Amino acid sequence: MQFGLSESQEFLKDSARKFFAGECPSAEMRRLMETDTAYDAALWAKLTDQGYTGIIFAEEYGGVGLGKVELMLLMEEAGRALLPGPFFSTVVLAGSVLDAVASPAHKKKYLAPICRGEARATVAILEAGASWNPRDVQLTAANGKLTGEKLFVSDAAVANFILVVAKNGVFIVDARAPGLKISPMSAMDLTRKLYVVEFKDTPAELLGPTTNLPRALDIAAAALAAELVGGMQRTLDTTVEYAKTRKQFGKPIGMFQSVQHQCADMYLETESSRSAVYYAGYALEENTPDAATSVSIAKMYASDAGRTVGNRGIQIHGGMGFTWENDVHLYYRRAKASENAFGDATFHRERIAQLVIDTPTTAHAAR
Amino acid sequence: MDLKLTAEETSFQEELRSWLATNAPKDWADWREKPLEESYPYLRAWQRKLHEGRWAAVSWPKEYGGRSATLMQQSLFWEEMARVEAPPMANSLGLGLIGPTIIACGTEAQKKRFIPKILSAEEIWCQGFSEPNAGSDLAGLQTEAKLDGDRYIVNGQKVWTSYGWVGDWCELVVRTDSTAAKHKGLTALLVDMKSPGVEVRPLRQMTGESEFNELFFRDVKVPVENVLGKVNDGWNVAMSTLMYERGSYGARLQLTFNRYISRLIELARTTMRNGRPASEDPLIRQKLAQCSAEIEIMRFNQMRAFSRITATGVPGPEGSIQKIFWSELNQRLQQIAQELLGSYGQLLAGDPHAIDKGIWSYAYLRTRGNTIEAGTSEVQRNIIGHFVLGLPRSY
Ligand SMILES: Cc1cc2nc3c(=O)[nH]c(=O)nc-3n(C[C@H](O)[C@H](O)[C@H](O)COP(=O)(O)OP(=O)(O)OC[C@H]3O[C@@H](n4cnc5c(N)ncnc54)[C@H](O)[C@@H]3O)c2cc1C
Repeated sequence: MQFGLSESQEFLKDSARKFFAGECPSAEMRRLMETDTAYDAALWAKLTDQGYTGIIFAEEYGGVGLGKVELMLLMEEAGRALLPGPFFSTVVLAGSVLDAVASPAHKKKYLAPICRGEARATVAILEAGASWNPRDVQLTAANGKLTGEKLFVSDAAVANFILVVAKNGVFIVDARAPGLKISPMSAMDLTRKLYVVEFKDTPAELLGPTTNLPRALDIAAAALAAELVGGMQRTLDTTVEYAKTRKQFGKPIGMFQSVQHQCADMYLETESSRSAVYYAGYALEENTPDAATSVSIAKMYASDAGRTVGNRGIQIHGGMGFTWENDVHLYYRRAKASENAFGDATFHRERIAQLVIDTPTTAHAAR
Repeated sequence: MDLKLTAEETSFQEELRSWLATNAPKDWADWREKPLEESYPYLRAWQRKLHEGRWAAVSWPKEYGGRSATLMQQSLFWEEMARVEAPPMANSLGLGLIGPTIIACGTEAQKKRFIPKILSAEEIWCQGFSEPNAGSDLAGLQTEAKLDGDRYIVNGQKVWTSYGWVGDWCELVVRTDSTAAKHKGLTALLVDMKSPGVEVRPLRQMTGESEFNELFFRDVKVPVENVLGKVNDGWNVAMSTLMYERGSYGARLQLTFNRYISRLIELARTTMRNGRPASEDPLIRQKLAQCSAEIEIMRFNQMRAFSRITATGVPGPEGSIQKIFWSELNQRLQQIAQELLGSYGQLLAGDPHAIDKGIWSYAYLRTRGNTIEAGTSEVQRNIIGHFVLGLPRSY
């Protein structure tokens, strides 16, 4: 039994960190954030060359076939760089949903182009009620057509196809389909754009029933938690650096205990989130009985920690932390969006309660 | 990352399981809530039995009566002990902190003399570090030892000494050179608590019991062969003891917490709130879920730390997050228990209406000590700030 990363996992994480530092430094992240879609074709091609677009998918669809722990590591590093654009929407979210619900033929048609870097995609889940519980979805396909509205759909404007969660299955809609209208929503996180997607008699192809959807959403939730860990680590690093160099009253501010102890708490929360995320990746990969619980534990903890680490990071930067130029707020914005996406801490605590209180045989009792 | 048990881990677990199946006492529940003074002989007997099966100190090297167990095997050990609800061991400081320090820093003669009796619980150990004027700032301690021929003469006072009332021996940190810098003039001594001049006074804790004591030393004679480590190197000896202290607690507490939360979930099903079971109350559900998740995260942190220590060979200052995590989590956990139990939460052991023989009122009060003992939360945050994050020392 060992909880550390293997050599190849360390290697992947290291090379991902170097890759993002080189290809998506702060200036590039800021340039993309100011564009309409935050998508850049050249960067996408480089992500593809690295094999990142196919990271967890089977080789027969052009994927690399790595595990969920590796996905967590990649997302952690993407989060550290605040990678803008549709990587999460396409690869993690749409990719996992396709992988979980689609037939082999559909995977060849839709998942393979994602792996090859030729297509972008997203998944439309939320409706006006904005519930992350798939059971609350109302939209229903009739005669192969969809009519209705989805909200908070990430990166829809650059998607070649949109997966739609409906009451009667998961459907796929071509971006050029008639009756499809995509309009931007204006939201806090500038690096991952959100859209309203409207359907009016829009042709939609059924991919499969929603039975296996929860597992795909769990992968997405865990990956977002991993991304939050990367963001926390970056915020911690810049804050500690600032606390060492900024001087007031003739001393580095990091010498003041109220500052230093906040840094210690940021460290504790970042490391604890990381432990929870790695375990969730492992549990998903191995399909352990506590996989769903462990995803909720990770998402719950990282959702709250992402926010509190950001709170402290901004506070310790003083007025500098409140400026637009300082990147800390950009991470803070992402953290808020990710806190909410796929269920915030309150949502996941309730899910944990269902898993450990209402069904006493899981989690604690199982060991 | 691979959390499946290796062949050695599985065989370790199986051997322990079958040993426990025949040897674990069945009547611990009758003793658990009794005062420690009453249950102590029972705990000694249990430790002796464990020692006969070579299970008392699995982490210790084989040549000293242990099993050279890896950190993962150690956590399996505590997991199994918790699974069968085994009693704790009587000589917990001897086994957990002081024995390992003697093995690491002691002479061959000291190991021969002391180790076997630590294992068999024939000699109980206590840890005499803190003084009235030296707690967090341990290096400021004033108890002095003067060399007089082939012995030291010790004078001074220690405080908060857990197990002082039952201790046969004490790892005592004293000042042997008052002219040196404060960290440099300290020495660790192994002191026979039955020596003339040692006085042990009970010190009542806020929980009402007297688990710890005040110790007074008046011209106590300690032979030079009882110096542990080198003269004036007591700071490093003490630090190695504290490292064992901070490292060893977490793994065991994990399982205590699991027992607490499982019991609280059970209680939530039968405790009524606004006309329905508390387990259906959304706020209680949120709080129980948060706690149960944090208990799991504590386990994940521990496993990651163990893997890192196994890889690097040293338990770094990162161990401080474990200390902060378990102590503060235990306080949150007990607060939730109080909220859930409402008026019943306050009832003490012995009250006929008390739930679970009053453990919840006791545990609630006892957790206040958690963020003080073994280095306060503030000190742990200083350690992270300075030694992990590289911030300048704040004091
Ligand atoms: C249940 C229990 C069992 C114990 N068992 C033993 C034992 O067996 N043997 C033994 O030797 N000792 C034992 N202790 C003592 C324990 O180690 C000390 O209480 C502890 O180290 C704190 O020292 P102090 O009590 O002198 O408090 P102080 O050091 O006076 O601290 C008082 C307050 O000031 C804060 N403070 C102090 N210095 C700093 C700083 N630099 N930065 C920020 N804040 C600071 C502390 O965090 C604390 O909040 C036990 C204590 C308890 C509660």
